[in-house]
Amino acid sequence: MADIELLPHNVPSNSELPELVEELTTLNLGPTHPATHGIFQNILKMDGEKIVSGEQTIGYIHRAFEKIAERRPFYQITTLTDRMNYCSSPINNFGWHMTVEKLLQIEVPKRAQYIRVIMMELARISDHLICNSILGVDTGAFSGFLYVMQKREDIYEIYEEVCGARLTTNMGRIGGMERDLSTTAIRKIREFIKTFPPVLKEFEQLMSRNRIFMDRTINVGPISLERALSYGFTGPNLRAAGLDYDVRVMNPYSSYEDFEFDIPVGQSGDTFDRYNVRIEEMWQSLKIVEQALNNLPEGPYYADAPEYYLPPKKEVYSNMEALIYHFKIVMGEIDAPQGEVYHAVEGGNGELGFYLISDGGRAPYRLHFRRPSFIYYQAFPEMCKGSTLSDAILTMSSLNVIAGELDA
Amino acid sequence: MKEVTIAEAPQGHSGSGFFATSFDEAIGLARSYSLWPLPFATSCCGIEFMATMGAHYDISRFGSERPSFSPRQADLLMVMGTIAKKMAPVVKQVYLQMAEPRWVLAVGACASSGGIFDTYSVLQGIDRIIPVDCYVPGCPPRPEQIIDGLMQIQYLAQNEKLRRRNTDEYKHLLESYNIQ
Amino acid sequence: MLSNQEVAEELLGKFGDQVYDFEEPYGLLTLSTTREEIISILEFLNKHKNYQISFLTDLTGVHYPDGKEREFMVVYHLHSFVHNFRIRLKVFISEADIHVPTATGLYASANWMERETYDFYGILFDGHPDLRRILNIEEMDYFPMRKEYPLEDATREDKSDALFGR
Repeated sequence: MADIELLPHNVPSNSELPELVEELTTLNLGPTHPATHGIFQNILKMDGEKIVSGEQTIGYIHRAFEKIAERRPFYQITTLTDRMNYCSSPINNFGWHMTVEKLLQIEVPKRAQYIRVIMMELARISDHLICNSILGVDTGAFSGFLYVMQKREDIYEIYEEVCGARLTTNMGRIGGMERDLSTTAIRKIREFIKTFPPVLKEFEQLMSRNRIFMDRTINVGPISLERALSYGFTGPNLRAAGLDYDVRVMNPYSSYEDFEFDIPVGQSGDTFDRYNVRIEEMWQSLKIVEQALNNLPEGPYYADAPEYYLPPKKEVYSNMEALIYHFKIVMGEIDAPQGEVYHAVEGGNGELGFYLISDGGRAPYRLHFRRPSFIYYQAFPEMCKGSTLSDAILTMSSLNVIAGELDA
Repeated sequence: MKEVTIAEAPQGHSGSGFFATSFDEAIGLARSYSLWPLPFATSCCGIEFMATMGAHYDISRFGSERPSFSPRQADLLMVMGTIAKKMAPVVKQVYLQMAEPRWVLAVGACASSGGIFDTYSVLQGIDRIIPVDCYVPGCPPRPEQIIDGLMQIQYLAQNEKLRRRNTDEYKHLLESYNIQ
Repeated sequence: MLSNQEVAEELLGKFGDQVYDFEEPYGLLTLSTTREEIISILEFLNKHKNYQISFLTDLTGVHYPDGKEREFMVVYHLHSFVHNFRIRLKVFISEADIHVPTATGLYASANWMERETYDFYGILFDGHPDLRRILNIEEMDYFPMRKEYPLEDATREDKSDALFGR
């Protein structure tokens, strides 16, 4: 074969080349996509591989929780709160119960508070396990996800012992818990405390110092602290950006002030920091569960408030007052005072707030959920501006946007 | 040695080195044990599906080894979670893009009938817009229930007539949903 | 430590009769103001050298169908991390003139929260960069959270009201 030489007169001059037109590609990261965790749509404008801007559409799973809540008596709203952040339902449940207890001024006994703390921290572990393992799946590391789902089955078994359901737990009652921790539950929690650390260490060994994982997540989707505060970030995302704001420490509820735990804080707010903050938070949650279980006080597991907490069945069948209270509670005719209350708990994603306006009727007049995922997801186009598509997917994963909480 | 149950071979005529059966049986057998799901996971039921996919309940034992997110390559559309009215055209679009034979499994109370959300924004069951083969009730259904739903679809796939997708009855069914 | 009394007096001193109805339900300082002053109050609290109430926790709306000239209320919850101080601001507007200035200049998180309030109640935020529906379908022509609209979908056929006791 003869060599083809590009002689000077063969090369077209610039004036003969066709006009290059630059335009941006529109890519629909649509509601159904294997890598988005939940259904929300991003229409991205891309310059080659780099993202220039994004337009978001949410509301694909809007279930009108706030309108439903205006119809239901207080204790029926717990089942709605389950379905908001469905990876850590007990936190939502207890947040709602605490809001109502604040409104009705019920004092929950210590034992019930400690049990609540144990379940909330287990829920937090379960939420962070999903987020980090799915972040691994998005980078291609599938095995970590399988190992970790096994541990989540253990947590589900503990939920089943305490309340009967795996995912949508409807745990606790207004005024305490519905039943005491059985011996099986305590045994399972102790086993979990023993068997979880090796699994989490193994997961860390797979991912945290993995060259590929670090290259894919360091400096991906960073956000500065002041932008994060302006966008209303709370929770692990804000702590990764550098501020140690934790509702459990700033406005302690349910005896959190009795426990010793650290708050992990990151530096640059990128994906690797968010991952590390969540891993460290899981260790801290485990510490809290251990402390709570070791110091579990004796006593009743529900408050002495028969107008709001169902009296024991033995008394209902023998005592007239208890029968009347039972009837009133089940029929939903609770005397709630008029007033408005705002209570916040530290959810898996940040400050989960409940703003309740009661007009004295059986259902709230207005109930608004301050949902962290809704508020910080606005920042996503700014966080992934200038990054490639694969980085944008990782940013979205590490933000832990849960569709149920996003749309409510 | 542990007792190992071997599945029965389908009806057919066997001789030395060959086994002859009807197409229905052979294709039904092949299809039912290799249903590739399209996990259309919207909300809480999606997390239970993740548990079903995990090592404890393992849906890949049933042939659903490869969850395909591309409708063209999937056999079974598993709709898991609440479908809002905003999402309904998307579900229909995904269903239309699937190639025959396709089955639909409505997992959870919300996909079957709207569930606890009897509101202005929730579609009261996906059978308003697409034909459904099997409903799995529950809120959320346990992984065992989801696997049971899958086994029902396997039964349907195994016993389906070969020409069912071309019959008038099936055409009428699709037309009633405005699907050509 | 900031106290409710201190902040209330400071606001009264600066804004006079534009802030009124001070109360403390369950320990949270709550006050009402007019829509003309709300942005300056938010800015005042944000830029105050001592208070640093610079986090917008929540922004939502409420519908009071019986309020005369005060049918809609927009509620702002603010938080100061440095002093662990929370405050709630309310603005009442009437249905005939349902405009409130936007807070997106101060807080980027107000963007979607105001869109959600518009989607549910129809409250218009002047100056909002992109005020359109966020959670409901774009073609919806009514504002569903208002008290006069029912929860259920009026066009559904399979759940008859007679069987559900309505």
